Amino acid sequence: MCGLCGCDHPREHKHEHWTQPGAAPAGDAHEQCRLQVELDLFSQNNRYAKTNRDDFERRNLLVLNLVSSPGSGKTALLVETLRQQPAEWPVAVIEGDQQTHQDADRIRATGAEAVQINTGTLCHLDAHMIGHAMEQLPDLHNGVLYIENVGNLVCPAGFDLGEAAKVVILSVTEGDDKPLKYPDMFHAAQLMVLNKIDLLPYVDFDVTACIEYARRINPDIEVIQLSARSGEGMVSWLGWLEQRQRGQLQARIEQLETELQTLKAQL
Amino acid sequence: MHELSLCRALIDQLQQQAAVSGFSRVTQIWLEVGVLAAVVPEAMQFGFEAASHGTLAQGAQLHIIRLPAEAYCRACGVKTDIQQRYQPCPHCGEFQLEVVSGETLSVRELEVE
Repeated sequence: MCGLCGCDHPREHKHEHWTQPGAAPAGDAHEQCRLQVELDLFSQNNRYAKTNRDDFERRNLLVLNLVSSPGSGKTALLVETLRQQPAEWPVAVIEGDQQTHQDADRIRATGAEAVQINTGTLCHLDAHMIGHAMEQLPDLHNGVLYIENVGNLVCPAGFDLGEAAKVVILSVTEGDDKPLKYPDMFHAAQLMVLNKIDLLPYVDFDVTACIEYARRINPDIEVIQLSARSGEGMVSWLGWLEQRQRGQLQARIEQLETELQTLKAQL
Repeated sequence: MHELSLCRALIDQLQQQAAVSGFSRVTQIWLEVGVLAAVVPEAMQFGFEAASHGTLAQGAQLHIIRLPAEAYCRACGVKTDIQQRYQPCPHCGEFQLEVVSGETLSVRELEVE
């Protein structure tokens, strides 16, 4: 049974109450009427996202949703990050792919815990799937959770998973105008990582133009240039992570101190 | 095709609404879609047909109402209607537009029996 919503199956929600006898309006069952409603189609996902966000807060986790097109080097960047980030950070990865466990296997080879979600025909991860994946990570607290979304620059933009930030990864072997072509994703992201910069001498990728395009869509987007393969720029990325992680810890400490004072005052 | 997921969410919500309001069939649906909601109307119609099959909304007519998007320019402070995310401010030419509306995706009216 689904622990979040009480359904029997994680992907199906059959609520058949409307077929119960007596549920239809009194009188002629075929009488038509107009009904004013307010049904937000994103609200179902947003509710699950809120549940996840509350869970992440309780566990004091920095959660990052990594999004990109296929082949940008998300998994390579994650593997390098796991190798280089401070060893004392508890860490786990949720891997989203249409099929296979290959990415989770690459993550596990670094020693980190990984949960693979296969979305089948679906082109994105949603908040409900993440809630179930978290059930497999009961001991993860006070650390970092990376969610590697399905390689797709369109659909994952619209689905909040409860993360602290979306990080969009763009490799220089792609077009520098991708921020303009896929604006929703660059609008939703807080950070753009330009990956594979070791290949810049061999490709026609204009870094300045790319950053300018990204800021047309999202004036506040931060940018880090790196190569997961050569290691260049990794220090900026790790610094960004450390700053976020410290901020998270600081906020948690303040919260606990306030709680402690409240309790002491009750003595 | 995330429109199919959204259509499944729509059917779920219709079933919940049916339990509250006491109707057994939905015959028409008016759905408001902001131009920045990242939803393609044709894909929504296609997804709806698939998701509604065998439910209380099977055969219902889905009317899609496009809503404009509005943005506020951080550079000159003027509010303006926009069609896409990366257009410059029509007043000052800067790319400093902050979206204020146009991401809506919600059902406002139903015809039920």
